[in-house]
Amino acid sequence: MQYKILSKDSLAGFVEALSKEYTVYAPKRDKKVPNKMVWKVLEADETPTFEFVNTEMSPKDFVFPQSECMMRFKAEGKEAMVLKPVEMDTERRVLLNVRPCDAKGLSFMDMIFCQDEQTNDVYWRDKRERTVMIGLACNNPCPSCFCLEANCGPHHEAGLDILMVDLGVNLLVKPLTERGKSIAASLPDAEAGEPERAAIIKRHAEDAMKKTFSTERVEQRSLMELYNLPYWERVCETCINCGTCTFVCPTCHCFDIQDEMPANGDTGRRVRNWDYCMAPLFTLHTSGHNPRGKKVARVRQRFMHKYKYIPMKRGGEVGCVGCGRCVRLCPVNIDIRDVINAMNAPDATAEGREV
Amino acid sequence: MLNPYLPYPVRISDVRVETEDKTLRTFEFEFLHEKDAKAFAYHPGQFAELSIPGVGESPIGIASSPTEGNKLLFTVFRAGSVTSKLHGMKVGDVMGVRGPMGNWYPLDQNEGKNLVIIAGGYAVTTLRSTMVWLQDPKNRSRFGEIDFIYGARTPGMLLYRDEMEAWQNKGGVRCHVTVDREFPDWNGLTGFVPAVVERLAPKPDNAIALVCGPPVMIKFTQPVLDKCGWKSDQIFLSLENRMKCGIGICGRCNVGHQYVCKDGPVFSKAELDELPVEY
Amino acid sequence: MMPARTEAIRAAARRLLEAGRVDAVIGYTQGTIPLRAQPFIAYTPEECDKLIWSSFCGGNLASIASGRTDRVAVVAQGCVSRNLNGLVHEKRIKRENLYIIGVPCLGMLDQRKVEAKLMGRNIETLKSDPEEDLGGIVITGCNSTRECFVEFIKRRDVKRDNCYTCMHRNPVGADEVVAEPVSETAGGDIDAVAAPWARFDADRRWDEFTKNFEDCIRCHACRDVCPLCYCTTCFVDESNPQWCGKTQDPADVQTFHILRAFHCAGRCTDCGACETACPQGIKMRRLTSMLEKDVRAKWGHEPGMDCDTKPPLSTYRPDDPEDHFK
Repeated sequence: MQYKILSKDSLAGFVEALSKEYTVYAPKRDKKVPNKMVWKVLEADETPTFEFVNTEMSPKDFVFPQSECMMRFKAEGKEAMVLKPVEMDTERRVLLNVRPCDAKGLSFMDMIFCQDEQTNDVYWRDKRERTVMIGLACNNPCPSCFCLEANCGPHHEAGLDILMVDLGVNLLVKPLTERGKSIAASLPDAEAGEPERAAIIKRHAEDAMKKTFSTERVEQRSLMELYNLPYWERVCETCINCGTCTFVCPTCHCFDIQDEMPANGDTGRRVRNWDYCMAPLFTLHTSGHNPRGKKVARVRQRFMHKYKYIPMKRGGEVGCVGCGRCVRLCPVNIDIRDVINAMNAPDATAEGREV
Repeated sequence: MLNPYLPYPVRISDVRVETEDKTLRTFEFEFLHEKDAKAFAYHPGQFAELSIPGVGESPIGIASSPTEGNKLLFTVFRAGSVTSKLHGMKVGDVMGVRGPMGNWYPLDQNEGKNLVIIAGGYAVTTLRSTMVWLQDPKNRSRFGEIDFIYGARTPGMLLYRDEMEAWQNKGGVRCHVTVDREFPDWNGLTGFVPAVVERLAPKPDNAIALVCGPPVMIKFTQPVLDKCGWKSDQIFLSLENRMKCGIGICGRCNVGHQYVCKDGPVFSKAELDELPVEY
Repeated sequence: MMPARTEAIRAAARRLLEAGRVDAVIGYTQGTIPLRAQPFIAYTPEECDKLIWSSFCGGNLASIASGRTDRVAVVAQGCVSRNLNGLVHEKRIKRENLYIIGVPCLGMLDQRKVEAKLMGRNIETLKSDPEEDLGGIVITGCNSTRECFVEFIKRRDVKRDNCYTCMHRNPVGADEVVAEPVSETAGGDIDAVAAPWARFDADRRWDEFTKNFEDCIRCHACRDVCPLCYCTTCFVDESNPQWCGKTQDPADVQTFHILRAFHCAGRCTDCGACETACPQGIKMRRLTSMLEKDVRAKWGHEPGMDCDTKPPLSTYRPDDPEDHFK
């Protein structure tokens, strides 16, 4: 692996070169809301900021848009009522300064959206292939981060084409894929000692993270033992059952498919929208029966899905990258780390209140 | 690149009202394109999304058997917006079918065994598919005796009555059709399905049971089979849950670590014993 | 030293649970990260030691009390106590099952505004959250190259928008109050800022409105945190009939926010929980506070000042100012 170096001074030129082939997006400070970082196109004269924690929303929207028109149809005429796929947009894009947790989130979802020949989401795969991921390692994880516990890390490489480490004046560039190599090809090679400095920075970042939970007992306990913990009633009490945690989550991927028949005109469409397991209607049968009709069942579903169901199904991989957005943005500060701790507590049945 | 969300365009080639209350109709579809018919290769127990542009999709078990050639049948209960719209459609109308989806009854893995097939209400559809498949000479010889137990509320709510009489007359098949209580002109069995199963006391030796019905029927049939000595890994149940994508992504039908649409809809009772009852 | 309000809340909660006066006390406990507090329900006197009061109790505990059938005490500042009164009126809680532990409030701080003062530097600890003495908070943390800092931030610079113009900082109709009353208003002129776009013409107003809500992700946290929103199935979720599309189309997003604001008009206490809850930092109050201003102007009504007065939009009077009633 040949490490390259990119000085922050020459960043403008690097971005300009990228812009010839790609639309370059980077985290930028929002103009409306204080301290909110948003993914925006990096304009020609702009250089990206390195002084930020992470974007408010994960970049999953680039590959899995919140609302996505999948198909259209005509109500009348030739080929009436035959659904036709929409033409995909063709933008080739670079996500610059994407955090390792968010890149891992996309690579996790590759596993969900593209499982086999039958389950092969063309909408996902197409956009994923058109999106180059240039990561910026976290040198200073924030108090709501817990990526190490979630099998990720501040310098994790999964899902990235290139990982950059901020060395102060320079960025150490580590190409990880063929695509990454060709993008970094024109950059000067790193000097001896620079990769070692990055390794020290990485170790410091990891050391700065307090270990907030472990999952040994969650792994050992049976699904039904965890499912039946009285603790769930306790978490459920203050949960307001909104969708914030799922919408800001880089690995939550549930969706709904809706048809729209506009009142005017004869062309209708089939759209998919993000949906969430916290919504009571999510699982409601037409008969009126609701398998997760109670709030406690829905709250439990999210945590169980991430830390028990998915690991059972996907060889131990958890459905979480530890980005901490749900911790930071939950309106009632339900902290997934507390929940996992309760699931992992030596005497789990003692946690919470019997109801 | 195959788009798993894109339904095959189909034309309704036949519509039959099945029950006295008209809530169930059987729709026969023909594919607009011959190649789609080939691509739609299915097994008894699978389902498909019936797709009406502008309204949406509804997952419905396939009632026909692949041994019936290109005849693709769905018997549909009128319940939500998609099925209500479908009930208003007529021969010649175009819509979509997306599938086949999910797993199927494990018949190939259980060659040489006796079969006990238990159906309740309109959930009988995929078991009709199974029964027709089993009648095929190529398949019939591969299995032992077949007990087919089927119940509906009233004689007028029974599906596929004529066909069942035909099955009865063939060797090695016993049909036990029941309705909830006595009715004039009804000479068959009466009582709920679990009670009929209890009376028959099917033997578990070298046998498997396939069960599909409303949750309440499943709930009360299981202990009866237990009492008859059936093991959890001999019993296969077909579940239903709310679905959208049908291919194990969208999360709606998720129960424990399983997705009803992709890992199911058929599960052994042994598998279900390890899962929460979120279906 | 434990802050006075925290100590008084714990004492009251413990006393109520020990005496069997209530089954549960709904309050706040320490958040899991700086600048946050977490709603918490104490069922035993021992659990009362977890209760706290801070400058970040910015949710609305009335939502958590709403619909409960056991006897609960709720820790409530001015706005929340008014919501509780409103919920009693709307029969969501029985007054005899409710005990309001009132907290005179100095205003809540806005997490986003505090973070903005630090320009992307990590906050590691909130060193002090004095209730009145120092007039600010002390924060420590470090930047991306791990240089540490200590920063003092003045309360008056980082309060939530609604807390600058609050008109009822003392609890209304509380069963007991845990601190000396504070001055009733926060000093800001609520009518002057309630409708920031009222001065624009219709086109400009529409533009501003569109821009204001364009980042909505429809997580519905604003609705779910709001004590006024307790419909079994919200119109926006209803699928049969479907009143509102489910996509991110501006029309769908705007329909949701406009209708929700109207459903709440005349009942909203301007608690600000919707804005605190919003993961996108959307200013929901630009709609709701405008409607409340109209309700004040037209009917002289302030929601939740008692448990008996009907909100003006759910009642009729012969002297109604609107023509279509006559």
